[in-house]
Amino acid sequence: MAERETHESDYVPYFLHKGKYPGALGWLLATDHKRIGLLYLACIATFFSVAVIIGVIMRINMLPGHVILTAQQYNAAFTLHGIIMVFLVVIPAVPTIFGNFFLPILIGGRDMIFPRLNLFTWYLFVLGAVLALVSVFFGGGAVDTGWTFYVPFSLKTTVNVPLAVFAVFILGMSSILTGINIVTTVHQLRAPGMGFFRMPLSVWGFYATAWVQILATPIIGITMLLVVMERLFGIGVFDPAKGGDPLLYQHLFWIYSHPAVYIMILPAMGVISDIFPVFSRKNIYGYKMIAFSSLAIASVGSLVWGHHMYVSGQSDTAGIIFSLLTFLVAVPSAIKVFNWLATMYKGSIQVEPPFLYALSFIFLFSIGGLTGLFLGALSPNVQLHNTYFVVAHFHYVIFGGMGFGLAAAVHYWFPKMTGKMYNKPLSVVAWLVVFVGFNIFYFPMFILGWEGMPRRYYDYLPQFATLHQVASIGSFIMVAGLVLVAGNLLRGLVAGARAPANPWGGATLEWTLPSPPGQEDFEEIPVITHGPYEFDKKESGA
Amino acid sequence: MATSTGVVDGALIYILAMSVLLLFLIVFFMIYFAVRYRASRNPVPSELPESPLIEAIWVIVPTLLVTTMFIYGLTGFRFLRSAPANSLVVKVYARQWSWLFEYDNGKKSADLIVPLGKNVRCELISADVIHGFYVPAFRIQQDAVPGLATYAWFNATTMGSYYILCSQYCGRRHSAMIAKLIVVPPDQFEAWRQGKKIEFTGASYANMPAGERLLYERGCVSCHSLEDNKMMGPPFKGLFGSQVVVTTAGVQRTVVADSAYIHKSIVDPGADIVSGFPNTMPPSKDVVSEDEIGRIISYLKGLK
Ligand code: HEC
Ligand SMILES: [Cu+2]
Ligand SMILES: [Cu+2]
Repeated sequence: MAERETHESDYVPYFLHKGKYPGALGWLLATDHKRIGLLYLACIATFFSVAVIIGVIMRINMLPGHVILTAQQYNAAFTLHGIIMVFLVVIPAVPTIFGNFFLPILIGGRDMIFPRLNLFTWYLFVLGAVLALVSVFFGGGAVDTGWTFYVPFSLKTTVNVPLAVFAVFILGMSSILTGINIVTTVHQLRAPGMGFFRMPLSVWGFYATAWVQILATPIIGITMLLVVMERLFGIGVFDPAKGGDPLLYQHLFWIYSHPAVYIMILPAMGVISDIFPVFSRKNIYGYKMIAFSSLAIASVGSLVWGHHMYVSGQSDTAGIIFSLLTFLVAVPSAIKVFNWLATMYKGSIQVEPPFLYALSFIFLFSIGGLTGLFLGALSPNVQLHNTYFVVAHFHYVIFGGMGFGLAAAVHYWFPKMTGKMYNKPLSVVAWLVVFVGFNIFYFPMFILGWEGMPRRYYDYLPQFATLHQVASIGSFIMVAGLVLVAGNLLRGLVAGARAPANPWGGATLEWTLPSPPGQEDFEEIPVITHGPYEFDKKESGA
Repeated sequence: MATSTGVVDGALIYILAMSVLLLFLIVFFMIYFAVRYRASRNPVPSELPESPLIEAIWVIVPTLLVTTMFIYGLTGFRFLRSAPANSLVVKVYARQWSWLFEYDNGKKSADLIVPLGKNVRCELISADVIHGFYVPAFRIQQDAVPGLATYAWFNATTMGSYYILCSQYCGRRHSAMIAKLIVVPPDQFEAWRQGKKIEFTGASYANMPAGERLLYERGCVSCHSLEDNKMMGPPFKGLFGSQVVVTTAGVQRTVVADSAYIHKSIVDPGADIVSGFPNTMPPSKDVVSEDEIGRIISYLKGLK
């Protein structure tokens, strides 16, 4: 496919394009998928920073002898950290930022199929975030239930639970609509010749995720509404004092919240599947296997929620079935890792910054996944449930997996989105600091949990002091690294060198566009004649 | 330690060993490929034809491996979930934010005292929110859910004192909801259970005056200060005989905190709600007897 050069006559970068509305309105009323992607990016980056700061405050509090919060403030802190990270950052990030920006381009369309609906999801997202924020300051104080809102505690506590869970309901609506938009776009807007098996694997990731968003999110929405009604009108669905069932709440909560883990990780795995071939200059090994394993994870993954409840009082038989299914869903994830490694075999590998993040993704995600086997197994779970082991496990999966996947995506697509290049040596240094800090931060938590340190503890027994101290120090290193990463990217945005159209030599459609793309993406809708990872071999080392 | 300790550790160490092996292989190949096939050394990549055999191996080997883990976990779980019929039964009352253990003869204790080498079945009861009964050293954990009967069991194999922690988040003093599990020789246990006064080493509230000790043992002090600072509930210092503003069935009135009032506040805390405080005090009729309420009241009388 011929590369279009940036000097073409009518080309204007999308962010300079003059639309119907001038200035800020041009952004706030934008229906262009790229602008909406950036609107999401701005919000999510802000929320992420807030949640990281709350996290650091908690880590300072856990330093031996540095108590700076009251117990109530600490409980509110981990609740807010969880709510913000889960509902405002991790679940939406990859689909809304990169799904919006790149999905239409990757399949050769010009926009999402429902552009105004797309903008509406952003407003719902902002509304949900504002409600969550308001709930912190009004009506009884910041929620102290943990992001899981377990009943009956969430029915009894005096803080503003109704508003906070209502915010989650609104965020869920946003997520469902995004899912519908993505599924429909993939079905309707693929360019001529772009069969399902010519789609880049990132598109498969977005697609599988979108189905989970559509099917699972209504359950959390309704559950949250039931909590509101229980609090306001005492309807007695969950409250045992009124004949309700607290375990019913846990089932409903996890029926959504376990699949939510896949909403978090699948799109990141998709992006990783795009990055491996590019930097190995080789077709992905086992395209169909990876695509189908995404679907397998999305479907079997919706049947394993009870692994959060082995010791909750659910029936032992249920626990046994959930454990078996949990182990089966581990297999497609393992397959993906093997496929990525096989893609490197006999490749021509360039370890550029995005690939560095992709490789560390595999390392961290593997640790996260393997420790998931401890928790999926019945008897070890009885020991490790609700301890720091779990905290470490999901931070390895979500931050190490999804987070590093997101960072890989940022470093991969940054030149395309901005038309600029960040400083590569500095980005390697920043990566190293984050990576080292991350492991010093979270690895000790596995040991803490194994030794019996429960999670959500404001205070701890003296024997846990040393490892808590190590973890806190690690967190400071990691955050310093995050600041470096952000600083380097911002510097690149303002003062970076101009990026060429195809800096990494990728073969997917976004690299056929100028960096940054123009308003219409494609002047002419391309006709697809080959798969997404068929590189020009001689061009190796671009 | 207990018999369950070894059972759980076996499965855990098996999974650990397999995981370390897998992680090692993954990292090894990742680094090896990145170095061996770096662009400067291998400028022209060669495509690898897809091999159904390799792919079948990738599916079958991990599936078999995780099946062994599942089975190992399952056998341990079966063990943990089947308390022998001859077990000593202890009722465990979990409440915000304390534990109370009651033996079959009605003997109550703030620490779980158990005989060495006997099967002990803990029946978990919660009066308010969900708590987690967690003994790290014995590798056992089970939630206490209001309105649902749950249990955990163990057989202690070494003497000593171990922590009982609350593992299910339950509010402000969740991390302080700690009791001791003390394993003692069976004859001493039996004497103690029959009412003989023995202070076991490691007991939580040893050497405390009787009235005060009761407030500690029954968890009252996690909400009520014996000084005059406000915690979750009103402070106890100077309470007896003072004027208290309360809401009774929606109507505000002022009452004198006499014996009858305090008695009612303990058995039916929702009846008179002290103004400025939420109605969160758990009903205490299960955990304090009439006789004990009397002792609490006379202690409060003296707390000026
Ligand atoms: C979970 C926290 C909590 C625990 C544990 C608790 N209380 Fe309370 N208590 C409260 C609150 C809150 C109030 C005020 C609201 C009310 O009257 O119900 C209160 C009120 C009282 C009052 C009335 C005080 C006044 O100023 O009029 C008495 C007496 C009392 N509690 C005794 C006890 C005793 C004895 C125990 C231990 C068996 C105990 N409480 C355990 C929270 C608690
Ligand atoms: Cu799960
Ligand atoms: Cu607790």
